[in-house]
Amino acid sequence: MSDASQRIDALVKNNDVVLFMKGTALFPQCGFSSRAVAILDHLGTPYETVDVLADQEIRQGIKAYSDWPTIPQLYIKGEFVGGSDIMMEMFENGELQGLLAPQA
Amino acid sequence: MPMAAADIEALIRAALPDATIEIRDLRGDGDHYAASVVSAAFAGMPKVRQHQMVYKALGGRMGGELHALQLTTAAPQGVK
Repeated sequence: MSDASQRIDALVKNNDVVLFMKGTALFPQCGFSSRAVAILDHLGTPYETVDVLADQEIRQGIKAYSDWPTIPQLYIKGEFVGGSDIMMEMFENGELQGLLAPQA
Repeated sequence: MPMAAADIEALIRAALPDATIEIRDLRGDGDHYAASVVSAAFAGMPKVRQHQMVYKALGGRMGGELHALQLTTAAPQGVK
């Protein structure tokens, strides 16, 4: 495993909810990342963010790690959930709330 | 580098010949699209895999040439 994917692996495994995004939760740098943050904020769930713009290795590495070409990317309990379109759809049909619920 | 809606549709069509595909140019700038793809190939597949199939069809353009594509995928109604 490359250095980047080891670091990503640790981030994914050590955080229940982690969002790889452009910018920070306070200052998202792209509309899709902003939408992802808005959904998580609305759900009131604690989450970590990783700013891929601040780390080129992670920015490239996460695409290969998840086999997913775009940012943002959400991981819950070590599982890749998807990007902002999937988050929005799962939020609207209640699935995201289910994933985030304790002992889901 | 903008892409034409017809090119996006053709790439998806090549990978998913049965699909019903709708592409909307959200801003009229050839750079921000919404795509809806309905295909029987998606039946029983998690959303993440469905989107990955479409991204694969776009052959690496997603995230590069094609920055903004709002994607909705589904299997046809009644197909599980």
